[in-house]
Amino acid sequence: MSDTLPRDAARPVPPEAAEDDVLVRVDKLVKHFPVRGGGLIRRTVGQVQAVDGVSLVVRRGQTLGLVGETGCGKSTLARCIAGLIPVTSGTVTFEGRNITNLSRRAMQPFRREIQMIFQDPYGSLNPRRRVGAIIGDPFAVHKTAKGAARKKAVQELMERVGLNPEHFNRFPAEFSGGQRQRIGVARALALRPKLIICDEPVSALDVSIQAQVLNLLADLQSDFGLSYLFIAHDLEVVRHVSNDVTVMYLGRVAESGPKDQVYETSRHPYTAALLSAAPAADPDAAAERRRIILTGDVPSPINPPDGCRFHPRCPKAQELCGQQEPVLEVKPGDPATHLTACHFPVQAGESLARVAGRDRR
Amino acid sequence: MSLSSLEFQAASAESAPEQAIEGRSQWQLTWRRLLHDKVAIASIVVILVMVILAITAPLFASLTGHAPDQAFTNTGTTSTGAPVGPGTHGFLLGTDYIGRDLFIRILYGARISLFVGIVTTAIATLAGVSIGLIAGYFGGWVDTVLARFIDTVLAFPYIVLALALAAIFSPSLTIVIGVISFFSWAGISRIVRGQTLSLKEKEYIEAARSLGAGPWRIMFIDILPNLLGPVLVLATLYIPIAVIFEATLSFLGIGIPEPTPSWGSILAEAQNYYTVAWWYVVFPSVALLVTTLAFNLLGDGIRDAMDPRTERIFAAGSQRRRSRRRPSVVSAFSAAGPSAEFPDPPRQPMPPTP
Repeated sequence: MSDTLPRDAARPVPPEAAEDDVLVRVDKLVKHFPVRGGGLIRRTVGQVQAVDGVSLVVRRGQTLGLVGETGCGKSTLARCIAGLIPVTSGTVTFEGRNITNLSRRAMQPFRREIQMIFQDPYGSLNPRRRVGAIIGDPFAVHKTAKGAARKKAVQELMERVGLNPEHFNRFPAEFSGGQRQRIGVARALALRPKLIICDEPVSALDVSIQAQVLNLLADLQSDFGLSYLFIAHDLEVVRHVSNDVTVMYLGRVAESGPKDQVYETSRHPYTAALLSAAPAADPDAAAERRRIILTGDVPSPINPPDGCRFHPRCPKAQELCGQQEPVLEVKPGDPATHLTACHFPVQAGESLARVAGRDRR
Repeated sequence: MSLSSLEFQAASAESAPEQAIEGRSQWQLTWRRLLHDKVAIASIVVILVMVILAITAPLFASLTGHAPDQAFTNTGTTSTGAPVGPGTHGFLLGTDYIGRDLFIRILYGARISLFVGIVTTAIATLAGVSIGLIAGYFGGWVDTVLARFIDTVLAFPYIVLALALAAIFSPSLTIVIGVISFFSWAGISRIVRGQTLSLKEKEYIEAARSLGAGPWRIMFIDILPNLLGPVLVLATLYIPIAVIFEATLSFLGIGIPEPTPSWGSILAEAQNYYTVAWWYVVFPSVALLVTTLAFNLLGDGIRDAMDPRTERIFAAGSQRRRSRRRPSVVSAFSAAGPSAEFPDPPRQPMPPTP
């Protein structure tokens, strides 16, 4: 690849996107996993509230970044949207059609439109099957091409993602991590989907390879008009690829909006803490930055705190936060697309590091 | 070296068309390693000889002029009615209690033993893999029902069932194959189910589901290839178990009915004569021993070839084997080959002896 340096993949967001611009709409999506007790009867003793009332929108040809720490429900949300696990409640709408909890057969046409790229480039490719067969799988499952036509299509895909098309009859073990992730991209691309859900597609790769894969994804987006739901915990990666960003905490949306809004004028204390924790490459900037040190651990999603789920760790928490759940809404001074779920949003110029520091003393 | 020649070299290296290199499959790698295992090769040779002898048994019968159930009361027995020893009157391995040619009977017995061993293992493997895959992949009540059924079969006293069946129906080849298959699939099933349970959680299975692949496609295209290695080893080790099972049933008189020779029934007859005719008990026993040993050693060899990192139980033996191998360029290449990059096929426990 000639251009290994990341380029800015994002394009300007129209301030008021029309409804037909929406590719996927997720509305109040809830996914609870039952916790069963031991013993013979195995009754349900609780619910893991992995995703609890998340709403978001992926726009056509754009990238929605989804960030949050491990265990906040990002991947569960992705699997719900992809129809891999049944949804407890809420709806997923694809191009205006409700695709929530469809049967496998009814879901089949939507599978062609929604594809996934997985986190682990080793685990997501079957070690016993040749690369040509893996990339040809979508054609085989949807019976769109066979024989020589399939092989030709597979080789075109391999070439498109930067693999040597002559390597189609090798095994995944003969490729490096970055190449394997390209195989995963080729497989996701095979049916020319409209949405690709990228579940931490680069977090298992080393940094130079990350840039290559991100650039590949950006090129494919502009060539095929793809939309991405891009899940990551690397804030800089998300900032680089996304048009909009949604921040999740413990199964709920904390803040959501155009990426510049969320990154430059973050209103939710969690977003602010998350951003302050991201390492800066510039040593001067790193020395100057004030980290917001959060106390405590992420509470268990089996028994999440009442009110705002972030309140036990929030430096700005007040009595109200533990009693009333904040609504995801536009805060005064923000544009209509910037939503925050917080009773006491961060004001411009306010430093939470000091507030947090006071707590420690 | 001038710059232009360097550039030329670079250009020629770039323009050289890269060949479509085919990655070596697990099977090719296994086969290559197996070819370096002398014990496994010897086992394959022994098994091939046994199979050829079994197939050509009628040829030997016509060559010697001795049919398997033909009693030679004059030449085949002594004046007191005892069997004659090896080499007398053209009986290569001697005769049995009514003067039949033991060599021919053992050859015909090999036909039965190998046929029963291979057919029952094929049936048991087919059934075991299918039921194990279905139980493991679908889970839920399907798994509960099938897993309990597997446990029931494994807990069942097989001799009792065989005796009961023999009492109801007259003993026959079909019943023998049925009984052995019925008691062999469950062990294979249990292992396949366990493997499927762990394989179905892999991300590539989720990837297949996200492509829209149905359960059958996932089971047979995505999971099965990952199981074939262990299943092949297991099947190879089940053949000798089935051979012994058949011999046991025939020994007890509930197996292959007379006058068809079977190693088990020959041994049963020999019980009364071993004091006067050692060959009567030794030769069928050796045939049984050599056959089962060859299959067991081949199974071990295949298992080692699948997983080159498996340490043999006897470390000293393995040291000697390694050091003998090392000088060979070919084996050094294959040992350093991509095998290490392939994920381990899971180690197999020895299947339970029925």
